[in-house]
Amino acid sequence: MSAETILRTDAPPAEPARRIAPTSPALLLSEEHSLCPGCGEPLAVRMLLEALEETPGLKGAIGVVGIGCYTTFTRTMDVDAIQALHGRAPSLATGAKRMRPESLVFTLQGDGDMVNEGLQEVLHAAARGESVTCVLLNNGVFGETGGHMTATTVLGQRTKNSLEGRDPGYHGYPILIGDLIARLEGATYVARGSVHDAKGVARTKRMLKRAFASQQQGLGFSFVEVLTMCPTGWFIPTAEGPGYLDRVLGSVHITGELKRDGRVTPTEELRAENEKLAGERFGE
Amino acid sequence: MTRQLLEGAEAIAEAGIAAGCRFFAGYPMTPFTEVLEHFAKKLPAVGGTCINAESELEAVGMAWGAAATGARAATGSCGQGLALMQESFSELVRAELPLVILNMARGQGDYFQTTRGGGHGDYRIPSLAPMDLREAVELTQLAFHLADKWRNPVILYGDYLIAHTWESVEVPPLDFGALPPKEWASTGERRGRGGSRMVSSLGMRRGGEAMSDVEEFWKLLSKKSQRIAAEEPRFEAGFTEGAELVVVAFGTAARFARYAVQQLRQEGVPVGYVRPITLWPFPSEGVRRAAAGARKVAVFELNAGQMLDDVRLAVMERAEVSFIGGISTDRSQFGVGALLDTELIRQRILCALRGEEIPS
Repeated sequence: MSAETILRTDAPPAEPARRIAPTSPALLLSEEHSLCPGCGEPLAVRMLLEALEETPGLKGAIGVVGIGCYTTFTRTMDVDAIQALHGRAPSLATGAKRMRPESLVFTLQGDGDMVNEGLQEVLHAAARGESVTCVLLNNGVFGETGGHMTATTVLGQRTKNSLEGRDPGYHGYPILIGDLIARLEGATYVARGSVHDAKGVARTKRMLKRAFASQQQGLGFSFVEVLTMCPTGWFIPTAEGPGYLDRVLGSVHITGELKRDGRVTPTEELRAENEKLAGERFGE
Repeated sequence: MTRQLLEGAEAIAEAGIAAGCRFFAGYPMTPFTEVLEHFAKKLPAVGGTCINAESELEAVGMAWGAAATGARAATGSCGQGLALMQESFSELVRAELPLVILNMARGQGDYFQTTRGGGHGDYRIPSLAPMDLREAVELTQLAFHLADKWRNPVILYGDYLIAHTWESVEVPPLDFGALPPKEWASTGERRGRGGSRMVSSLGMRRGGEAMSDVEEFWKLLSKKSQRIAAEEPRFEAGFTEGAELVVVAFGTAARFARYAVQQLRQEGVPVGYVRPITLWPFPSEGVRRAAAGARKVAVFELNAGQMLDDVRLAVMERAEVSFIGGISTDRSQFGVGALLDTELIRQRILCALRGEEIPS
């Protein structure tokens, strides 16, 4: 993209905004949703659907959905779906994939679902090299219950049951699930994206596309974690959500491709890459 | 079709495959383990999959996922493993998914578990209790049929003796009639905008469809349970004509009790028997009719008295109901106890008939 096509935001537009291309993925039946203002999950789900649509050679897809705020998207995602119990999506995805190997099978889970209730499920699915893609929407809190501590809540983060902030001596340490999964032999592609800014959204979509491509090629287990805003569960003003995500969650759950082509990326390498990306303008 | 000398676990796996089961997942646990072993050995040869799951929770989850795509799928364990799976069972009922659960229980102490269950909400699961291997082969296949027919999980309640007795059996594929196509299954196919399918415990639906009203949906499920209760009870009865006392027993224990009754009848003692084959739906009408001419009903089961409740509800004080079973197990807790002895059962039946105290 050339510099000329970047929108100027320092002056009012010369003409009213108009739609120049379809703005909704075909797999999304409605853009309406019932989640809170400032929530990152609708963005993440939309990237997932766009990535799915753009996956070459896709014959079909089955989504296995956990239990959390995002469960509401089963009503608007035009994808065959199976509703799982809390935490149990990876085992259902396993059974579905084994019976329908021609379909792309993914899970959609939150951090409470995947990392608290169902940690064993996702680890074993990864270790088995199960040919499915597990997608984690990680906001570090139980959003649906109203902002309680999960296994990914970072140290110092205030939640309804860690009012003075997560204290390692009392509450223990967060699980960096992407990093854990990257170490398992059966996992071939592991990435952590974020939807706190446009660059992060575009990067997340690329990660999802690579994960799906990896599954299509039969390379093994793939995993994409997406850091999402939850201003309601974080008890902060809506507009502060993206900044809080970047500063608080993003400094512990480091974004980037944690494992690619079987190689685990050292965290320092991820940090260096993120610093480099931070200096680039969106679209460059 | 030729007869083969098979161990129960292998006969059950063969029967499952004959019924079209193509997915099995389980976690080893005695006396169920060999059912898993035989599925692991046999399923790949017919294009199926068997997974040694990380836990019973994942075993039932995997089978759930397979069933949701329309495949005939099963899992299993013993009562202890089924205890872990309860949340999934009740949810599978609400998701209206056909799944067969092969329970090789450690004895008869899991009657309440199989007929009541420990999951959440209003739900019912048909439970079939074979007496021997011939019947286990038939009921395993019937379980797959009933699961598809009612879109509901179905349990086969076996035990150590069912899983580990060798008998000469045939395993012919059995035809129980036509079934509707599985138009609800999440197969992953693309069917055009709005054609996607959602398999959910809040009601099966198509892409974009609103969830059903929960109260209405639960009422519909309850009506389905009532229809199963009306249409599917199965039992076997014998020597009830002129019987003063009717013995009620299920599963392998019934095989011993039935033999004791046969012997007593040959000696001219007026006793009969009735054997529930479906534990839920309990054949209340069958038990009531079998006991219609009797003064007494005696329940023989190897537990502290569980089916006893259902027998009392069926007989409704039209005859005196006594308990002649009891807790009886081997040291390994597999439920093969000293009470599985036709001589002891015979003595207990005579005690009940004479109104004498049952020896403990």
